Amino acid sequence: MTRCRAVALVLILAGFFAGRPGLAQDTRVEAARKEGKVVWYTSLALSSAEKIAKLFEAEYPGIKVEVQRTGSQRILQRVMQELQANIKNVDVIHTSDAGHYVLLKDKKLLMKYTPAGVERFPASFKDKDGYHYGLRATVNVIAYNTKAVSASDAPKTWKDLLDPRWKGKLVTAHPGYSGVTATHVLALVNLYGWDYFKQLAQNRPMLVQSAVDPSTVVASGERAVAANGGDYTFYQMKKKGNPVAIVFPKEGVPLVVSPTAITAFAPHPNAAKLFTDFIFSRPIQQVLADSEGLYTGHPDVSYPADQPKLSELKLLQVDAEELEKRNEEIKTRFVEFFGA
Amino acid sequence: MSRETGAASTPILIRHRPAWRERIDRSAPVWVLAAAALVLLILLPLAWLGYMSVQGEGGFTLAQYARVFADPRLQRALWNTVVLALWSGVIAVAIGAPMAWLTARTDLPWSRAIRSLVMASFVTPPFLGAFAWVMLAGPNAGYLNKLYRSLTGAEEPLFNIFTMTGLIFVVALYTFPYVYIMIANTLGLIASDLEEAAAILGAHRLQVALTVTLPMVLPAILSGFILAVLQALALFGSPAILALPAGFHTITTQVWALFQYPPKIEMAAACSVPLLLSTALLLLVQKKLLGRRGYASVGGKGGQRRVIPLGAWRYPALAGCLAVLACAVFLPYSVLARAAFSRAWAEPLSWENFTLANWSFTFLYSATQSAIVNTLELGVLTACVGAALAALLAYITTRKLVVGHQVLAFLTLAPVVIPGIVLAVALFIAYTRPPFLLYGTLWILFIAYLTKEMPVGYSQSDATFRGIHPELEEAGRILGAGRLRVLGEITAPLAKSGIIATWCFIFIGVIRELSASIILFTPSTKVMSVVIFDLKEEGQFGAIAVLGLFMLLMTFVVVALMQSLLGRDVMGARSSSSAG
Repeated sequence: MTRCRAVALVLILAGFFAGRPGLAQDTRVEAARKEGKVVWYTSLALSSAEKIAKLFEAEYPGIKVEVQRTGSQRILQRVMQELQANIKNVDVIHTSDAGHYVLLKDKKLLMKYTPAGVERFPASFKDKDGYHYGLRATVNVIAYNTKAVSASDAPKTWKDLLDPRWKGKLVTAHPGYSGVTATHVLALVNLYGWDYFKQLAQNRPMLVQSAVDPSTVVASGERAVAANGGDYTFYQMKKKGNPVAIVFPKEGVPLVVSPTAITAFAPHPNAAKLFTDFIFSRPIQQVLADSEGLYTGHPDVSYPADQPKLSELKLLQVDAEELEKRNEEIKTRFVEFFGA
Repeated sequence: MSRETGAASTPILIRHRPAWRERIDRSAPVWVLAAAALVLLILLPLAWLGYMSVQGEGGFTLAQYARVFADPRLQRALWNTVVLALWSGVIAVAIGAPMAWLTARTDLPWSRAIRSLVMASFVTPPFLGAFAWVMLAGPNAGYLNKLYRSLTGAEEPLFNIFTMTGLIFVVALYTFPYVYIMIANTLGLIASDLEEAAAILGAHRLQVALTVTLPMVLPAILSGFILAVLQALALFGSPAILALPAGFHTITTQVWALFQYPPKIEMAAACSVPLLLSTALLLLVQKKLLGRRGYASVGGKGGQRRVIPLGAWRYPALAGCLAVLACAVFLPYSVLARAAFSRAWAEPLSWENFTLANWSFTFLYSATQSAIVNTLELGVLTACVGAALAALLAYITTRKLVVGHQVLAFLTLAPVVIPGIVLAVALFIAYTRPPFLLYGTLWILFIAYLTKEMPVGYSQSDATFRGIHPELEEAGRILGAGRLRVLGEITAPLAKSGIIATWCFIFIGVIRELSASIILFTPSTKVMSVVIFDLKEEGQFGAIAVLGLFMLLMTFVVVALMQSLLGRDVMGARSSSSAG
């Protein structure tokens, strides 16, 4: 089934690129092929990242995608650590912490590159200086295990999670690992102040790292309710038949737009550009929406019927500059309340 | 000075050899080289550690130390580590010592199988064990707790693995083999003569065990305990998996957290130095307690070991051993195997839940393939170099061949007290600048592994050489053989199985190393444990189970190959042939 789909996609893609001005594209591909690979540090869930890599490799034989998947904060740590040692390894950086791109741009570590076709993306997906663009978006939601909690008992708002009846039954991801979670924490701090998390900590939630992990914890029944986590991870869990239900809290859902950028020092710049164009193309953006349950900035992408449209949701937006500035505060205070 | 020591014990030698050969012993350069390697591997990183801990914005400062001792969170992390390490050590001895005695000395049924299974537990990376125990004893979804609830109808879980008790339990399960091996080896070396003498003189079986056997193995118990404590102290994976979700840190996870961006490396160094000093103190205490008593119990003389009948206790003892092994081996492997073939690990076994997708997903992931190759390369290389170096160093120190051999022994053991993660950052700083630009290559991991495995390798070799009484070598030298010839023809054959055991120990240690790798890897030098940890942070249970099982299979195959190629049964008690 998925294989058929992949083949079909490749065919669509072949058609898509065949329709473009041929010669320029040929020399670009040739230059990329000489480089042989593109190194992608990504915070996209591993299965999704691998899927995109395989599609790219099928489209451009001879150019490998080296997927290095870890949490957003770990990616930043890795990039900085490598630069300190004068190692230039990464071509494309993709995290879910928009603040990182403020920092990286400031430090002149990004290459100015506008992927083909992003002109029509909404402004919130675009850097005005042209360094980074939002590859995908997700919202933080509450989710619960339907075997453990009935729909009527389930929490409806972020504040509901503070009720002592959820003591020992919650799970939260960590802003020291996940950009999705860092964004979430800042959005709720802006809404309710740090007091919210101080109280949430009283319910002793289980601490996991990735914003993908609350979905596995809730699906397994280890905890009944996820206090946050990327909407798309719960969506995928639900699709696979796990007893998971999603709640979009009334106060609004923190929107996370995850940018991607090519590094200024990219060792495989041509492959990086080709890859960046590829992931912003309509077919790939559609894959992100269809099989991964993500939102995208592409205006032509259609979404599964069982998922609310972004425009229907009340979104809590976070300013990237503020996220950058308060990065350390977010991590420190979170650890202060939750213990680790 | 070393020559004088040698001369004092073998005066005949002096008279029969020309003076120039006395001054320039051909083996001297070998000792010098080994010592130099040690300085580079251990002193250099340690110097960096010390330097970083007192390095502030404006030069020298003690501010970091002040902050470490004033910060209640860091204090708690330190205290958690102490609690974890001591209890793990105590439990490891309580499990490991009786099991070693039972399998080495008594007519316990299936003792060979039990020995192999203890080795299986030894080979299991603690982080993998911890991960399996999340599936077994997670308070809500864990199989054992679900079973307990369905049997008793209770609301509360039987056992919550995400607690300090749970952490100690899991850590002890995977450190007790250190105690076991230490004691089983010692028991294998001690002949039964003394015990029989006591029995002939009318001592009861228990009396013999307590007054004759126990004092003889006491040094091994103490060494095993200290080794277990030091292992537990330096562990990173298990606390990361079990303590962090519960909202508490140990010093290793705390140090790791300090390296996240923006890094606070100086603070991390300042956390580690007191730890280093206190463990050094621990080793000193051990030395004081053991005193100067000699335990060389194998010489050229053969020793018979008599099997002690357990009588009515045979089967209860067996049940006890099996219970321990169920917790360490059977249960964890069962859940891992289950998860490897399941869509959702917590769902019941059924055809709908059966899948092979985890396997293809894991091995198609591009990072996995290169990680497997990297891990194997590093494992073999480190084991070969490490075993050779450890043997050499142990020989030097047990035979007191160079001035300051105690310092050498201390330095070789020192890395055990440095959390791998701290060692890693010290190496990171030391080897990211000229003349040693090693970060980003496998060499920096090699150096880290070699340094980290030296204590275990050295302890193993040390025990080996201590077991070979110098009188055999002295006899050879009196008869005119040079030191290298004695080494080659007398010591090496006797030490062979011990050295192969060292090789296996180091190989296993490298394969499962996580705490240094997690800092030192770059995407092109990822190793399997790092891939597993990455997968863990994302909650990919199926893929972790697959990769974990594959990693163990790989370890078993390599260790089995080594054993069949070069000797037999080197990991368990020593074969009696090595003593005779």
